Amino acid sequence: MTAPKTLSQKVWDAHVVSSQPGEPDLLFIDLHLVHEVTSPQAFDGLRLAGRPVRHPELTLATEDHNVPTEHTNLEIADPISRKQVQTLRNNCAEYGIKLHPMNTPGQGIVHIIGPEQGYTMPGMTIVCGDSHTSTHGAFGALAFGIGTSEVEHVLATQTLPQSAAKTLAITVDGDLPVGSTAKDVILAILGRIGTGGGIGSIAEYRGSAIRGLSMEGRMTVCNMSIEAGAKAGLIAPDQVTFDYLEGRAHAPKGAAWDEAVAYWKTLQTDEDATFDQEVVLDAAEIFPHVSWGTNPGQVAPITSRVPNPADIADPGERNAAERALEYMGLTAGTPLKEVAVDTVFIGSCTNGRIEDLRAVADVAKGRRVSSGMRTLVVPGSWAVKQQAEAEGIDRVLVDAGFDWRDPGCSMCLAMNPDKLTVGERAASTSNRNFEGRQGRGGRTHLVSPAVAAATAIAGHFATPEDL
Amino acid sequence: MEPVRIVTGTAVPLDRSDVDTDQIIPSDWLKQVERTGFEKGLFSEWRDDRDFVLNQEQYAGATILVAGPNFGTGSSREHAVWAIQQYGFRAVISPRFGDIFRNNSTKNGLVPVVVAPEVGEQLLRAIEADPALEITIDVERRTLEAPAIGLVVDFPLDASVQHRFLEGLDDIGITLRQADDITTYETSRPAWFPTTADA
Ligand code: SF4
Repeated sequence: MTAPKTLSQKVWDAHVVSSQPGEPDLLFIDLHLVHEVTSPQAFDGLRLAGRPVRHPELTLATEDHNVPTEHTNLEIADPISRKQVQTLRNNCAEYGIKLHPMNTPGQGIVHIIGPEQGYTMPGMTIVCGDSHTSTHGAFGALAFGIGTSEVEHVLATQTLPQSAAKTLAITVDGDLPVGSTAKDVILAILGRIGTGGGIGSIAEYRGSAIRGLSMEGRMTVCNMSIEAGAKAGLIAPDQVTFDYLEGRAHAPKGAAWDEAVAYWKTLQTDEDATFDQEVVLDAAEIFPHVSWGTNPGQVAPITSRVPNPADIADPGERNAAERALEYMGLTAGTPLKEVAVDTVFIGSCTNGRIEDLRAVADVAKGRRVSSGMRTLVVPGSWAVKQQAEAEGIDRVLVDAGFDWRDPGCSMCLAMNPDKLTVGERAASTSNRNFEGRQGRGGRTHLVSPAVAAATAIAGHFATPEDL
Repeated sequence: MEPVRIVTGTAVPLDRSDVDTDQIIPSDWLKQVERTGFEKGLFSEWRDDRDFVLNQEQYAGATILVAGPNFGTGSSREHAVWAIQQYGFRAVISPRFGDIFRNNSTKNGLVPVVVAPEVGEQLLRAIEADPALEITIDVERRTLEAPAIGLVVDFPLDASVQHRFLEGLDDIGITLRQADDITTYETSRPAWFPTTADA
């Protein structure tokens, strides 16, 4: 009998190319996603060493971080961004790598296009020079972000040396209150375990509330695993996963599909397997959340008040909270729903999928955004944009006064022209509220798409029920 | 990468927790396609403040950065490591590092030194009191010493990572020695795994 294993250990073990005592395991990588920001120096390294790309056909590239979300039929105006994107084009052409360029049908945020084109499947190893690669864990894949040196390593060898990680079980049982979403689940988890709670670990999300999420919702949860510092975050595949995958462009067909599903069904944590660490949350207590600080662990239910740092016992955390409130321009004790917002950003690899846009349209229908409110709705990919337009979501949003854009990372990290200005306050469906993340001096509050939409209409933080 | 055996020098006390990689190097700097020139971007938003530690003369020439817990969390940008190194640091001390940052550091020869939270605190206070405090990080012995305050502690470093530091080895070269194993593995992969050629 073999020892009981967790899901992540099963996927890990299935990818070990070689294992030697005292050395990290060498893992085979099934899919390598590439974008313009973290790859140029890696390709330079290859060229310098005269090394080929070992598996161009297991490598997929897209343009997302730098691309504008308006006038995407034109060249990129910023010469430095344009050069970086052009460099990716040249590298992909030179090494025979499939690329989805700006303003073409397959283009979008790297973590949105993989799943929607059926590249992301259970049991795979997936890496990308981007920390939100954890998104793909929603399918039961072992997916994690890597640095540029590792990008070069994967290009050259299709493998990565990896030291064993600890295992962390995050169980969310029960039913979510009406109005709470996958985003609120992960924000509540972050509030509980903090930005360091997952460091050195691979998380597995379990429990009935997780099982009850759609694939889109599961991707939202796994996406922010890295915000807890976790190397990766996985969810065991089930019928929801198989239904999502069946018929997608790169998913197996016919007999291969049956073979694949039979294998995927084995990808469950064995009953008597143990985790190094376990956290349990009650779904019934997870209400819509808003972040109030400058790291994603600084969150609170939307019905509560800006916390008072003096109430925080840990001196380090108290200090961080004081700094955060100062940067965010918030006064302790203010009800969060009274905080006025200047800009609403809807999009990113956390919440830029079709289900997210449907949730926004549900709230926006027949209403108007608050006067003076800046809004950006940025679909995660062209496929999402086209689907939304086919459903009439774009018209609902435009009628309500939302700004309907072309796909890309956009204001999630402000490498393109979509930026906050100094002191501007945003409700954002993205994943990071770091200082300056959405533009120098900008103030970011992380929320769900439904709360973002309601906030756009109310002018201050609100839930759809408040309208 | 150049071999790294011992880092000796003075340090800068960055008394903040959760210093994420967006703070270490803001995204505007990530548009470069070269590997050099990132020192100007290091903590660039904080450096506008004249009182920021990096702007304080008494810490000029330091080669070690001492920070609070959860240093280097957030994005995978290796530019954060390049910026720290190109500014002149050769080691970073913190009670806890973001995993990707730590990995990226070891690939570039920047030594990530994990210490107990009390030791981190003690160092921050000691450096503030005496900016000339000399610290020695010995990769071979895996020790951190500050003799003037009687501090000697061990720090963790995987044997394989330590070996790469000491020998200045290139990871890709090491892996390619196992090319036969990779080829063997490749023949065992299910044919239905996706490729960019299959649809
Ligand atoms: S949407 Fe944001 S988090 Fe996601 S890949 Fe783009 S920049 Fe990174």
